[in-house]
Amino acid sequence: MKKRKDQCGRKGERIFSNICVMPSLIGVLIFFLIPFGIVVYYSVINNPIMHDFVGIENYKRLIETVAFKKASVNTATFSLISVPLAVILSLWLAVLLERDIPGKSVVRTLFLSPLMVPTASVVLVWQVLFHTNGTLNQIIEMFGGNDIDWMKSAHGQTIIIVMFLWKNMGYNMILFMSALAAIPRDIIEVAKLEGASGWYQFIHIKLRYLSPTILFVLILSLINSFKIFREVYLLTGDYPYDKMYMLQHFMNNTFNSLDYQKLSAAAVLFSLIMIVIIAILLAIENHFGKDVE
Amino acid sequence: MNKRQKEKFLNIAVTIFAVIAALLFVMPTILTIANSFMTSTEISANYGAMLENMTEDKKTYISEKVNLKFIPDKVTFDQYKNVLLKNPDYLLKFWNSIALTVPITVFQMLLAILTSYGFSRYPNKFKSIIFFTYIILMIMPYQVTLVPNFLVAEKFNILNTRWAIILPGIFSPFSVFLLSKVMRRIPISYVEAAKLDGASELQILTKIHMPLCKGAIVSIAMLVFIDYWNMVEQPLVLMKDADMHPLSVFLSQINTGDIGLAFAVGTVYMVPTILMFLYGEDYLLEGITYSGGIKG
Repeated sequence: MKKRKDQCGRKGERIFSNICVMPSLIGVLIFFLIPFGIVVYYSVINNPIMHDFVGIENYKRLIETVAFKKASVNTATFSLISVPLAVILSLWLAVLLERDIPGKSVVRTLFLSPLMVPTASVVLVWQVLFHTNGTLNQIIEMFGGNDIDWMKSAHGQTIIIVMFLWKNMGYNMILFMSALAAIPRDIIEVAKLEGASGWYQFIHIKLRYLSPTILFVLILSLINSFKIFREVYLLTGDYPYDKMYMLQHFMNNTFNSLDYQKLSAAAVLFSLIMIVIIAILLAIENHFGKDVE
Repeated sequence: MNKRQKEKFLNIAVTIFAVIAALLFVMPTILTIANSFMTSTEISANYGAMLENMTEDKKTYISEKVNLKFIPDKVTFDQYKNVLLKNPDYLLKFWNSIALTVPITVFQMLLAILTSYGFSRYPNKFKSIIFFTYIILMIMPYQVTLVPNFLVAEKFNILNTRWAIILPGIFSPFSVFLLSKVMRRIPISYVEAAKLDGASELQILTKIHMPLCKGAIVSIAMLVFIDYWNMVEQPLVLMKDADMHPLSVFLSQINTGDIGLAFAVGTVYMVPTILMFLYGEDYLLEGITYSGGIKG
Protein backbone atom coordinates (compact mmCIF):
# COMPACT_ATOMS: atom_id res chain seq x y z
CA MET A 1 0.00 0.00 0.00
CA LYS A 2 2.69 2.38 1.09
CA LYS A 3 4.86 1.36 -1.80
CA ARG A 4 2.12 2.09 -4.29
CA LYS A 5 1.57 5.54 -2.89
CA ASP A 6 5.25 6.21 -3.19
CA GLN A 7 5.25 5.28 -6.85
CA CYS A 8 2.24 7.49 -7.41
CA GLY A 9 4.08 10.35 -5.80
CA ARG A 10 7.12 9.76 -7.97
CA LYS A 11 5.01 9.77 -11.05
CA GLY A 12 3.52 13.10 -10.01
CA GLU A 13 7.00 14.45 -9.39
CA ARG A 14 8.19 13.32 -12.78
CA ILE A 15 5.23 15.01 -14.36
CA PHE A 16 5.91 18.17 -12.37
CA SER A 17 9.50 18.29 -13.59
CA ASN A 18 8.28 17.85 -17.15
CA ILE A 19 5.71 20.61 -16.70
CA CYS A 20 8.48 22.94 -15.51
CA VAL A 21 10.17 22.66 -18.90
CA MET A 22 6.97 23.30 -20.86
CA PRO A 23 6.58 27.11 -20.74
CA SER A 24 10.10 27.59 -21.99
CA LEU A 25 9.74 24.88 -24.62
CA ILE A 26 6.51 26.40 -25.92
CA GLY A 27 8.15 29.83 -26.16
CA VAL A 28 11.19 28.43 -27.92
CA LEU A 29 8.96 26.54 -30.34
CA ILE A 30 6.88 29.64 -31.13
CA PHE A 31 9.67 32.18 -31.37
CA PHE A 32 12.55 30.13 -32.71
CA LEU A 33 11.98 26.57 -33.85
CA ILE A 34 8.70 26.70 -35.77
CA PRO A 35 9.55 29.99 -37.52
CA PHE A 36 12.94 28.54 -38.33
CA GLY A 37 11.13 25.70 -40.05
CA ILE A 38 9.27 28.34 -42.04
CA VAL A 39 12.58 30.01 -42.83
CA VAL A 40 13.87 26.73 -44.22
CA TYR A 41 10.68 26.43 -46.28
CA TYR A 42 10.97 30.02 -47.54
CA SER A 43 14.51 29.34 -48.63
CA VAL A 44 13.36 26.74 -51.18
CA ILE A 45 10.26 28.45 -52.67
CA ASN A 46 10.07 31.28 -55.16
CA ASN A 47 7.88 33.67 -53.15
CA PRO A 48 5.41 33.60 -50.23
CA ILE A 49 2.43 34.01 -52.58
CA MET A 50 3.11 31.42 -55.27
CA HIS A 51 4.83 28.84 -53.02
CA ASP A 52 6.53 27.18 -55.98
CA PHE A 53 9.38 24.88 -55.06
CA VAL A 54 12.60 26.11 -56.62
CA GLY A 55 15.23 23.94 -54.92
CA ILE A 56 18.55 25.66 -54.41
CA GLU A 57 17.66 28.60 -56.68
CA ASN A 58 17.56 31.10 -53.78
CA TYR A 59 20.89 29.83 -52.48
CA LYS A 60 22.43 30.30 -55.91
CA ARG A 61 21.02 33.81 -56.08
CA LEU A 62 22.39 34.53 -52.62
CA ILE A 63 25.88 33.29 -53.35
CA GLU A 64 26.01 35.30 -56.54
CA THR A 65 25.12 38.52 -54.69
CA VAL A 66 28.20 40.75 -54.55
CA ALA A 67 27.27 42.25 -51.17
CA PHE A 68 26.84 38.78 -49.66
CA LYS A 69 30.24 37.69 -50.92
CA LYS A 70 31.87 40.78 -49.51
CA ALA A 71 30.09 40.44 -46.18
CA SER A 72 31.00 36.75 -45.90
CA VAL A 73 34.64 37.34 -46.73
CA ASN A 74 34.91 40.22 -44.25
CA THR A 75 33.12 38.33 -41.49
CA ALA A 76 35.15 35.17 -42.07
CA THR A 77 38.43 37.11 -42.15
CA PHE A 78 37.53 38.90 -38.98
CA SER A 79 36.55 35.72 -37.13
CA LEU A 80 39.56 33.76 -38.38
CA ILE A 81 41.95 36.40 -37.03
CA SER A 82 40.19 37.63 -33.93
CA VAL A 83 38.98 34.33 -32.44
CA PRO A 84 42.38 32.58 -32.26
CA LEU A 85 43.92 35.84 -31.00
CA ALA A 86 41.27 36.12 -28.29
CA VAL A 87 41.94 32.54 -27.18
CA ILE A 88 45.74 32.68 -27.25
CA LEU A 89 46.15 36.12 -25.71
CA SER A 90 43.72 35.50 -22.88
CA LEU A 91 45.29 32.13 -22.11
CA TRP A 92 48.67 33.80 -22.07
CA LEU A 93 47.39 36.48 -19.69
CA ALA A 94 45.86 33.85 -17.42
CA VAL A 95 49.16 31.96 -17.28
CA LEU A 96 51.02 35.20 -16.51
CA LEU A 97 48.61 35.98 -13.69
CA GLU A 98 49.20 32.54 -12.16
CA ARG A 99 52.28 34.13 -10.64
CA ASP A 100 52.00 35.52 -7.20
CA ILE A 101 52.05 39.20 -8.09
CA PRO A 102 50.83 42.06 -5.92
CA GLY A 103 47.44 43.57 -6.78
CA LYS A 104 46.42 40.53 -8.79
CA SER A 105 42.71 40.88 -8.08
CA VAL A 106 42.73 44.56 -9.06
CA VAL A 107 44.44 43.72 -12.33
CA ARG A 108 41.88 40.98 -12.94
CA THR A 109 39.04 43.43 -12.26
CA LEU A 110 40.48 45.96 -14.70
CA PHE A 111 40.81 43.34 -17.42
CA LEU A 112 37.21 42.28 -16.90
CA SER A 113 35.79 45.80 -16.77
CA PRO A 114 35.24 46.22 -20.56
CA LEU A 115 32.65 43.44 -20.37
CA MET A 116 30.49 45.65 -18.19
CA VAL A 117 30.93 48.85 -20.19
CA PRO A 118 28.39 49.27 -23.00
CA THR A 119 30.20 49.61 -26.30
CA ALA A 120 28.05 52.59 -27.17
CA SER A 121 29.40 54.50 -24.15
CA VAL A 122 33.02 54.41 -25.19
CA VAL A 123 32.76 54.36 -28.95
CA LEU A 124 33.72 58.04 -29.15
CA VAL A 125 37.08 57.32 -27.55
CA TRP A 126 37.76 54.70 -30.19
CA GLN A 127 36.84 57.17 -32.87
CA VAL A 128 39.27 59.69 -31.42
CA LEU A 129 42.02 57.07 -31.23
CA PHE A 130 41.63 55.90 -34.81
CA HIS A 131 40.75 59.19 -36.52
CA THR A 132 43.02 60.25 -39.40
CA ASN A 133 44.24 63.15 -37.28
CA GLY A 134 43.72 61.15 -34.12
CA THR A 135 45.85 59.97 -31.25
CA LEU A 136 47.26 56.82 -32.79
CA ASN A 137 48.40 58.60 -35.94
CA GLN A 138 49.98 61.35 -33.85
CA ILE A 139 51.98 58.69 -32.02
CA ILE A 140 52.96 57.13 -35.33
CA GLU A 141 54.06 60.54 -36.62
CA MET A 142 56.09 61.11 -33.48
CA PHE A 143 58.14 58.06 -34.40
CA GLY A 144 58.46 59.28 -37.95
CA GLY A 145 55.84 57.02 -39.53
CA ASN A 146 53.15 57.90 -42.01
CA ASP A 147 49.52 58.54 -41.18
CA ILE A 148 47.20 55.60 -41.63
CA ASP A 149 43.62 56.07 -42.67
CA TRP A 150 42.38 53.48 -40.19
CA MET A 151 38.68 53.61 -40.80
CA LYS A 152 38.62 53.76 -44.56
CA SER A 153 41.40 51.38 -45.52
CA ALA A 154 42.13 47.69 -45.05
CA HIS A 155 43.09 48.67 -41.49
CA GLY A 156 39.41 48.91 -40.67
CA GLN A 157 39.65 45.28 -39.62
CA THR A 158 42.48 46.14 -37.23
CA ILE A 159 40.24 48.57 -35.36
CA ILE A 160 37.47 46.08 -34.84
CA ILE A 161 39.89 43.32 -33.87
CA VAL A 162 41.31 45.61 -31.17
CA MET A 163 37.81 46.49 -29.98
CA PHE A 164 36.83 42.81 -29.95
CA LEU A 165 39.86 41.79 -27.92
CA TRP A 166 39.28 44.67 -25.53
CA LYS A 167 35.75 43.55 -24.85
CA ASN A 168 36.20 39.78 -24.71
CA MET A 169 39.65 39.01 -23.33
CA GLY A 170 38.71 39.60 -19.69
CA TYR A 171 35.91 37.04 -19.74
CA ASN A 172 38.08 34.46 -21.49
CA MET A 173 40.92 35.12 -19.09
CA ILE A 174 38.70 34.46 -16.06
CA LEU A 175 37.61 31.14 -17.59
CA PHE A 176 41.22 30.13 -18.14
CA MET A 177 42.25 31.26 -14.68
CA SER A 178 39.62 29.10 -13.01
CA ALA A 179 40.53 26.16 -15.23
CA LEU A 180 44.22 26.57 -14.38
CA ALA A 181 43.37 26.67 -10.69
CA ALA A 182 41.47 23.40 -11.03
CA ILE A 183 44.45 21.43 -12.34
CA PRO A 184 45.49 18.95 -9.61
CA ARG A 185 48.51 20.41 -7.83
CA ASP A 186 50.19 17.06 -7.18
CA ILE A 187 50.66 16.39 -10.89
CA ILE A 188 52.45 19.70 -11.32
CA GLU A 189 54.54 19.03 -8.19
CA VAL A 190 55.62 15.62 -9.50
CA ALA A 191 56.55 17.17 -12.84
CA LYS A 192 58.62 19.81 -11.06
CA LEU A 193 60.40 17.17 -8.98
CA GLU A 194 61.15 15.25 -12.15
CA GLY A 195 62.77 18.40 -13.47
CA ALA A 196 60.20 19.33 -16.12
CA SER A 197 60.65 22.88 -17.39
CA GLY A 198 57.85 25.42 -17.15
CA TRP A 199 57.27 25.17 -20.86
CA TYR A 200 57.14 21.36 -20.72
CA GLN A 201 54.66 21.50 -17.85
CA PHE A 202 52.51 23.88 -19.86
CA ILE A 203 52.46 21.90 -23.10
CA HIS A 204 52.22 18.39 -21.72
CA ILE A 205 50.20 18.82 -18.56
CA LYS A 206 48.31 22.09 -18.34
CA LEU A 207 47.24 22.25 -21.96
CA ARG A 208 45.77 18.75 -21.64
CA TYR A 209 43.68 19.74 -18.66
CA LEU A 210 42.71 23.00 -20.29
CA SER A 211 41.46 21.46 -23.52
CA PRO A 212 37.72 21.51 -22.59
CA THR A 213 38.06 25.15 -21.52
CA ILE A 214 39.95 26.02 -24.70
CA LEU A 215 37.13 24.50 -26.71
CA PHE A 216 34.55 26.43 -24.73
CA VAL A 217 36.41 29.74 -25.04
CA LEU A 218 36.86 29.08 -28.74
CA ILE A 219 33.12 28.56 -29.26
CA LEU A 220 32.24 31.51 -27.04
CA SER A 221 34.64 33.81 -28.88
CA LEU A 222 33.30 32.58 -32.20
CA ILE A 223 29.73 33.42 -31.12
CA ASN A 224 30.86 36.80 -29.87
CA SER A 225 32.79 37.50 -33.06
CA PHE A 226 29.47 37.57 -34.93
CA LYS A 227 28.33 40.37 -32.64
CA ILE A 228 31.09 42.68 -33.91
CA PHE A 229 28.44 44.38 -36.02
CA ARG A 230 27.58 46.41 -32.91
CA GLU A 231 31.00 47.97 -32.79
CA VAL A 232 31.06 48.58 -36.52
CA TYR A 233 27.59 50.10 -36.51
CA LEU A 234 28.42 52.42 -33.63
CA LEU A 235 31.69 53.45 -35.26
CA THR A 236 30.47 53.99 -38.78
CA GLY A 237 26.67 53.83 -38.91
CA ASP A 238 24.67 52.13 -41.63
CA TYR A 239 27.26 52.50 -44.35
CA PRO A 240 30.67 51.27 -43.25
CA TYR A 241 33.74 51.26 -45.43
CA ASP A 242 34.46 48.23 -47.53
CA LYS A 243 36.44 46.11 -45.11
CA MET A 244 33.97 46.53 -42.28
CA TYR A 245 30.87 45.51 -44.19
CA MET A 246 29.72 42.51 -42.13
CA LEU A 247 27.08 39.81 -42.56
CA GLN A 248 24.70 41.65 -40.24
CA HIS A 249 24.91 44.70 -42.53
CA PHE A 250 23.93 42.49 -45.41
CA MET A 251 21.07 41.00 -43.40
CA ASN A 252 19.82 44.46 -42.40
CA ASN A 253 19.85 45.64 -45.99
CA THR A 254 18.05 42.51 -47.11
CA PHE A 255 15.46 43.01 -44.36
CA ASN A 256 14.91 46.51 -45.68
CA SER A 257 14.36 45.28 -49.20
CA LEU A 258 12.03 42.54 -47.84
CA ASP A 259 13.70 39.84 -49.91
CA TYR A 260 12.56 36.97 -47.65
CA GLN A 261 13.89 34.28 -49.93
CA LYS A 262 17.42 35.58 -49.89
CA LEU A 263 17.19 36.32 -46.19
CA SER A 264 15.99 32.81 -45.42
CA ALA A 265 18.65 31.22 -47.58
CA ALA A 266 21.31 33.28 -45.79
CA ALA A 267 20.02 32.28 -42.35
CA VAL A 268 19.84 28.58 -43.23
CA LEU A 269 23.26 28.61 -44.84
CA PHE A 270 24.79 30.38 -41.87
CA SER A 271 23.18 28.01 -39.36
CA LEU A 272 24.53 25.01 -41.30
CA ILE A 273 28.01 26.50 -41.31
CA MET A 274 27.81 27.09 -37.55
CA ILE A 275 26.71 23.50 -36.90
CA VAL A 276 29.55 22.13 -39.03
CA ILE A 277 32.14 24.32 -37.27
CA ILE A 278 30.91 23.33 -33.81
CA ALA A 279 30.79 19.64 -34.76
CA ILE A 280 34.38 19.81 -36.00
CA LEU A 281 35.52 21.57 -32.81
CA LEU A 282 33.75 18.99 -30.62
CA ALA A 283 35.31 16.15 -32.61
CA ILE A 284 38.77 17.66 -32.20
CA GLU A 285 38.25 18.10 -28.49
CA ASN A 286 37.02 14.52 -28.11
CA HIS A 287 40.14 13.34 -29.86
CA PHE A 288 42.59 15.30 -27.71
CA GLY A 289 40.83 15.57 -24.39
CA LYS A 290 39.58 12.06 -23.75
CA ASP A 291 42.55 10.73 -21.80
CA VAL A 292 42.32 13.37 -19.07
CA GLU A 293 38.71 13.15 -18.00
CA MET B 1 71.72 35.21 -11.47
CA ASN B 2 70.52 32.23 -9.49
CA LYS B 3 67.11 30.70 -9.77
CA ARG B 4 65.59 32.66 -6.90
CA GLN B 5 66.77 36.02 -8.27
CA LYS B 6 65.55 35.11 -11.70
CA GLU B 7 62.15 34.26 -10.27
CA LYS B 8 61.99 37.56 -8.44
CA PHE B 9 62.99 39.51 -11.52
CA LEU B 10 60.35 37.74 -13.59
CA ASN B 11 57.72 38.54 -11.00
CA ILE B 12 58.56 42.24 -11.15
CA ALA B 13 58.54 42.23 -14.94
CA VAL B 14 55.18 40.46 -15.06
CA THR B 15 53.74 42.87 -12.50
CA ILE B 16 54.80 45.92 -14.48
CA PHE B 17 53.50 44.44 -17.70
CA ALA B 18 50.18 43.39 -16.15
CA VAL B 19 49.61 46.80 -14.61
CA ILE B 20 50.31 48.63 -17.87
CA ALA B 21 48.10 46.26 -19.86
CA ALA B 22 45.31 46.53 -17.31
CA LEU B 23 45.50 50.33 -17.42
CA LEU B 24 45.21 50.23 -21.20
CA PHE B 25 42.08 48.13 -20.76
CA VAL B 26 40.33 50.69 -18.55
CA MET B 27 41.57 53.66 -20.52
CA PRO B 28 38.60 54.02 -22.89
CA THR B 29 36.23 53.94 -19.92
CA ILE B 30 38.23 56.41 -17.84
CA LEU B 31 38.66 58.76 -20.81
CA THR B 32 34.93 58.79 -21.45
CA ILE B 33 34.20 59.62 -17.83
CA ALA B 34 36.94 62.26 -17.62
CA ASN B 35 35.83 63.95 -20.80
CA SER B 36 32.26 64.11 -19.61
CA PHE B 37 33.30 66.89 -17.22
CA MET B 38 34.67 69.17 -19.93
CA THR B 39 32.95 72.29 -21.20
CA SER B 40 31.56 72.06 -24.69
CA THR B 41 34.10 74.69 -25.86
CA GLU B 42 36.92 72.49 -24.68
CA ILE B 43 35.37 69.48 -26.37
CA SER B 44 35.08 71.24 -29.70
CA ALA B 45 38.61 72.59 -29.37
CA ASN B 46 39.95 69.08 -28.79
CA TYR B 47 37.74 66.98 -30.97
CA GLY B 48 36.58 69.54 -33.50
CA ALA B 49 38.67 67.94 -36.20
CA MET B 50 36.33 64.96 -36.08
CA LEU B 51 33.30 67.15 -36.48
CA GLU B 52 34.86 68.74 -39.51
CA ASN B 53 34.31 65.64 -41.58
CA MET B 54 30.76 65.45 -40.49
CA THR B 55 29.36 68.97 -40.44
CA GLU B 56 31.01 71.33 -42.86
CA ASP B 57 29.89 74.61 -41.31
CA LYS B 58 31.65 74.30 -37.98
CA LYS B 59 35.26 74.23 -39.07
CA THR B 60 36.20 77.84 -38.37
CA TYR B 61 37.47 77.75 -34.80
CA ILE B 62 38.91 74.32 -34.42
CA SER B 63 42.37 72.86 -34.50
CA GLU B 64 43.40 70.32 -37.10
CA LYS B 65 44.42 67.61 -34.72
CA VAL B 66 42.22 65.56 -32.50
CA ASN B 67 43.63 65.85 -29.01
CA LEU B 68 42.84 63.10 -26.60
CA LYS B 69 42.78 64.66 -23.15
CA PHE B 70 42.65 63.04 -19.78
CA ILE B 71 42.09 65.96 -17.46
CA PRO B 72 39.60 68.72 -18.21
CA ASP B 73 40.88 72.34 -17.95
CA LYS B 74 37.81 73.22 -16.02
CA VAL B 75 35.55 70.68 -14.38
CA THR B 76 31.91 71.38 -15.09
CA PHE B 77 28.61 69.51 -15.02
CA ASP B 78 27.34 71.42 -18.07
CA GLN B 79 27.20 68.30 -20.24
CA TYR B 80 25.17 66.51 -17.60
CA LYS B 81 22.83 69.46 -17.21
CA ASN B 82 22.28 69.45 -20.94
CA VAL B 83 21.72 65.74 -21.08
CA LEU B 84 19.52 65.40 -18.05
CA LEU B 85 17.58 68.64 -18.05
CA LYS B 86 17.56 70.23 -21.47
CA ASN B 87 17.36 67.31 -23.84
CA PRO B 88 14.51 64.97 -22.97
CA ASP B 89 15.47 62.89 -25.99
CA TYR B 90 18.33 61.18 -24.19
CA LEU B 91 16.29 60.41 -21.12
CA LEU B 92 13.59 58.99 -23.34
CA LYS B 93 16.10 56.69 -25.04
CA PHE B 94 17.49 55.73 -21.66
CA TRP B 95 13.97 54.80 -20.61
CA ASN B 96 13.60 52.76 -23.80
CA SER B 97 16.69 50.80 -22.81
CA ILE B 98 15.24 50.09 -19.39
CA ALA B 99 11.82 49.18 -20.79
CA LEU B 100 13.45 46.56 -22.99
CA THR B 101 16.24 45.23 -20.81
CA VAL B 102 14.54 44.93 -17.42
CA PRO B 103 11.52 42.82 -18.50
CA ILE B 104 13.77 40.57 -20.59
CA THR B 105 16.18 40.02 -17.71
CA VAL B 106 13.51 39.48 -15.05
CA PHE B 107 11.31 37.11 -17.06
CA GLN B 108 14.17 35.27 -18.69
CA MET B 109 15.54 34.54 -15.22
CA LEU B 110 12.18 33.48 -13.74
CA LEU B 111 11.62 31.17 -16.65
CA ALA B 112 15.19 29.91 -16.43
CA ILE B 113 14.77 28.97 -12.75
CA LEU B 114 11.67 26.93 -13.53
CA THR B 115 13.08 25.36 -16.69
CA SER B 116 16.48 24.54 -15.20
CA TYR B 117 14.75 22.86 -12.29
CA GLY B 118 12.77 20.78 -14.77
CA PHE B 119 15.94 19.86 -16.62
CA SER B 120 17.91 18.98 -13.51
CA ARG B 121 15.28 16.67 -11.96
CA TYR B 122 14.47 13.22 -13.40
CA PRO B 123 16.54 13.45 -16.56
CA ASN B 124 15.09 11.54 -19.51
CA LYS B 125 15.68 11.17 -23.21
CA PHE B 126 13.05 13.74 -24.14
CA LYS B 127 14.62 16.39 -21.92
CA SER B 128 18.14 15.75 -23.14
CA ILE B 129 16.99 16.19 -26.73
CA ILE B 130 15.40 19.54 -25.81
CA PHE B 131 18.48 20.59 -23.90
CA PHE B 132 20.68 19.77 -26.87
CA THR B 133 18.38 21.84 -29.09
CA TYR B 134 18.80 24.75 -26.67
CA ILE B 135 22.58 24.51 -26.93
CA ILE B 136 22.40 24.60 -30.73
CA LEU B 137 20.03 27.56 -30.53
CA MET B 138 22.35 29.36 -28.11
CA ILE B 139 25.22 29.00 -30.55
CA MET B 140 23.26 30.59 -33.39
CA PRO B 141 24.23 34.21 -34.04
CA TYR B 142 21.69 36.99 -34.56
CA GLN B 143 22.21 36.71 -38.28
CA VAL B 144 20.34 33.41 -38.01
CA THR B 145 17.81 33.96 -35.20
CA LEU B 146 16.63 37.42 -36.23
CA VAL B 147 15.03 36.05 -39.38
CA PRO B 148 12.62 33.70 -37.53
CA ASN B 149 12.06 36.42 -34.91
CA PHE B 150 11.12 38.84 -37.64
CA LEU B 151 8.67 36.39 -39.23
CA VAL B 152 6.93 35.73 -35.89
CA ALA B 153 6.75 39.42 -35.05
CA GLU B 154 5.20 40.09 -38.43
CA LYS B 155 2.69 37.24 -38.00
CA PHE B 156 1.63 38.41 -34.54
CA ASN B 157 1.54 42.04 -35.62
CA ILE B 158 4.03 43.10 -32.98
CA LEU B 159 6.68 44.33 -35.38
CA ASN B 160 7.79 47.86 -34.39
CA THR B 161 6.64 47.35 -30.81
CA ARG B 162 8.75 46.47 -27.78
CA TRP B 163 7.19 43.00 -27.71
CA ALA B 164 9.04 42.09 -30.88
CA ILE B 165 12.28 42.27 -28.90
CA ILE B 166 11.06 41.36 -25.41
CA LEU B 167 9.28 38.08 -26.23
CA PRO B 168 12.11 36.33 -28.07
CA GLY B 169 14.45 37.79 -25.41
CA ILE B 170 12.51 36.11 -22.60
CA PHE B 171 12.71 32.71 -24.30
CA SER B 172 16.36 32.99 -25.22
CA PRO B 173 17.97 29.80 -23.85
CA PHE B 174 21.25 31.30 -22.62
CA SER B 175 20.32 31.48 -18.93
CA VAL B 176 18.58 28.08 -18.99
CA PHE B 177 21.78 26.54 -20.23
CA LEU B 178 23.96 28.08 -17.51
CA LEU B 179 21.54 27.61 -14.64
CA SER B 180 20.81 23.98 -15.53
CA LYS B 181 24.50 23.22 -15.26
CA VAL B 182 24.58 24.75 -11.80
CA MET B 183 21.42 23.00 -10.60
CA ARG B 184 22.66 19.62 -11.76
CA ARG B 185 25.54 19.95 -9.33
CA ILE B 186 23.24 20.10 -6.31
CA PRO B 187 23.81 16.83 -4.44
CA ILE B 188 20.83 14.50 -4.72
CA SER B 189 21.12 13.78 -0.97
CA TYR B 190 19.82 17.30 -0.21
CA VAL B 191 16.72 16.63 -2.24
CA GLU B 192 16.20 13.21 -0.69
CA ALA B 193 16.52 14.60 2.81
CA ALA B 194 13.93 17.26 2.03
CA LYS B 195 11.59 14.64 0.59
CA LEU B 196 11.88 12.52 3.74
CA ASP B 197 10.75 15.60 5.62
CA GLY B 198 7.72 15.69 3.36
CA ALA B 199 8.69 18.54 1.05
CA SER B 200 6.76 18.83 -2.20
CA GLU B 201 8.50 19.33 -5.55
CA LEU B 202 7.59 23.00 -5.49
CA GLN B 203 9.07 23.33 -2.02
CA ILE B 204 12.26 21.61 -3.14
CA LEU B 205 12.52 24.22 -5.89
CA THR B 206 11.91 27.22 -3.65
CA LYS B 207 13.58 26.00 -0.45
CA ILE B 208 16.58 24.09 -1.79
CA HIS B 209 17.42 24.84 -5.41
CA MET B 210 16.75 28.57 -5.37
CA PRO B 211 18.68 29.44 -2.20
CA LEU B 212 21.59 27.23 -3.22
CA CYS B 213 21.74 28.85 -6.64
CA LYS B 214 21.32 32.42 -5.46
CA GLY B 215 24.83 33.42 -6.48
CA ALA B 216 24.48 31.79 -9.88
CA ILE B 217 21.08 33.41 -10.46
CA VAL B 218 22.45 36.88 -9.66
CA SER B 219 25.50 36.41 -11.84
CA ILE B 220 23.59 35.01 -14.82
CA ALA B 221 21.08 37.87 -14.50
CA MET B 222 23.99 40.31 -14.71
CA LEU B 223 25.31 38.67 -17.86
CA VAL B 224 21.85 38.73 -19.44
CA PHE B 225 21.33 42.36 -18.44
CA ILE B 226 24.60 43.60 -19.91
CA ASP B 227 24.03 41.68 -23.12
CA TYR B 228 20.65 43.32 -23.71
CA TRP B 229 21.78 46.72 -22.39
CA ASN B 230 24.28 46.57 -25.25
CA MET B 231 21.74 45.57 -27.90
CA VAL B 232 22.01 46.97 -31.40
CA GLU B 233 20.99 44.25 -33.86
CA GLN B 234 17.44 43.58 -32.65
CA PRO B 235 16.12 47.19 -32.59
CA LEU B 236 17.57 47.90 -36.03
CA VAL B 237 15.75 44.93 -37.53
CA LEU B 238 12.60 44.70 -35.43
CA MET B 239 11.84 48.38 -34.74
CA LYS B 240 11.74 50.79 -37.61
CA ASP B 241 10.65 53.71 -35.42
CA ALA B 242 13.85 55.40 -34.21
CA ASP B 243 12.00 57.07 -31.33
CA MET B 244 11.65 53.69 -29.69
CA HIS B 245 15.28 52.72 -30.07
CA PRO B 246 17.32 52.15 -26.92
CA LEU B 247 20.19 54.47 -26.09
CA SER B 248 22.71 51.83 -27.21
CA VAL B 249 21.57 52.38 -30.79
CA PHE B 250 20.84 56.09 -30.47
CA LEU B 251 24.36 56.85 -29.19
CA SER B 252 25.80 56.18 -32.63
CA GLN B 253 23.77 59.10 -33.93
CA ILE B 254 24.73 61.51 -31.15
CA ASN B 255 28.36 60.76 -31.63
CA THR B 256 28.27 62.30 -35.05
CA GLY B 257 26.10 65.24 -34.11
CA ASP B 258 26.20 66.51 -30.56
CA ILE B 259 29.77 65.72 -29.68
CA GLY B 260 29.71 68.09 -26.71
CA LEU B 261 27.19 65.85 -24.98
CA ALA B 262 28.26 62.45 -26.12
CA PHE B 263 30.72 61.78 -23.32
CA ALA B 264 28.17 62.60 -20.64
CA VAL B 265 25.49 60.47 -22.32
CA GLY B 266 27.97 57.62 -22.62
CA THR B 267 28.85 57.94 -18.95
CA VAL B 268 25.22 58.00 -17.89
CA TYR B 269 24.60 54.92 -19.95
CA MET B 270 27.36 52.94 -18.27
CA VAL B 271 26.25 53.82 -14.73
CA PRO B 272 23.83 50.87 -14.24
CA THR B 273 26.26 48.26 -15.51
CA ILE B 274 29.27 49.74 -13.73
CA LEU B 275 27.33 49.79 -10.45
CA MET B 276 26.38 46.17 -10.99
CA PHE B 277 29.99 45.34 -11.64
CA LEU B 278 31.23 47.11 -8.53
CA TYR B 279 28.64 45.52 -6.27
CA GLY B 280 28.46 42.12 -7.87
CA GLU B 281 31.96 41.42 -9.15
CA ASP B 282 32.34 38.31 -7.04
CA TYR B 283 29.03 36.98 -8.29
CA LEU B 284 30.04 37.79 -11.83
CA LEU B 285 33.35 35.94 -11.48
CA GLU B 286 31.43 32.97 -10.09
CA GLY B 287 28.96 33.12 -12.97
CA ILE B 288 31.69 33.22 -15.58
CA THR B 289 33.34 30.25 -13.96
CA TYR B 290 30.09 28.27 -14.12
CA SER B 291 29.76 29.01 -17.78
CA GLY B 292 33.03 27.22 -18.57
CA GLY B 293 32.77 23.87 -20.34
CA ILE B 294 29.92 22.98 -22.65
CA LYS B 295 29.64 19.47 -21.27
CA GLY B 296 30.33 20.10 -17.59
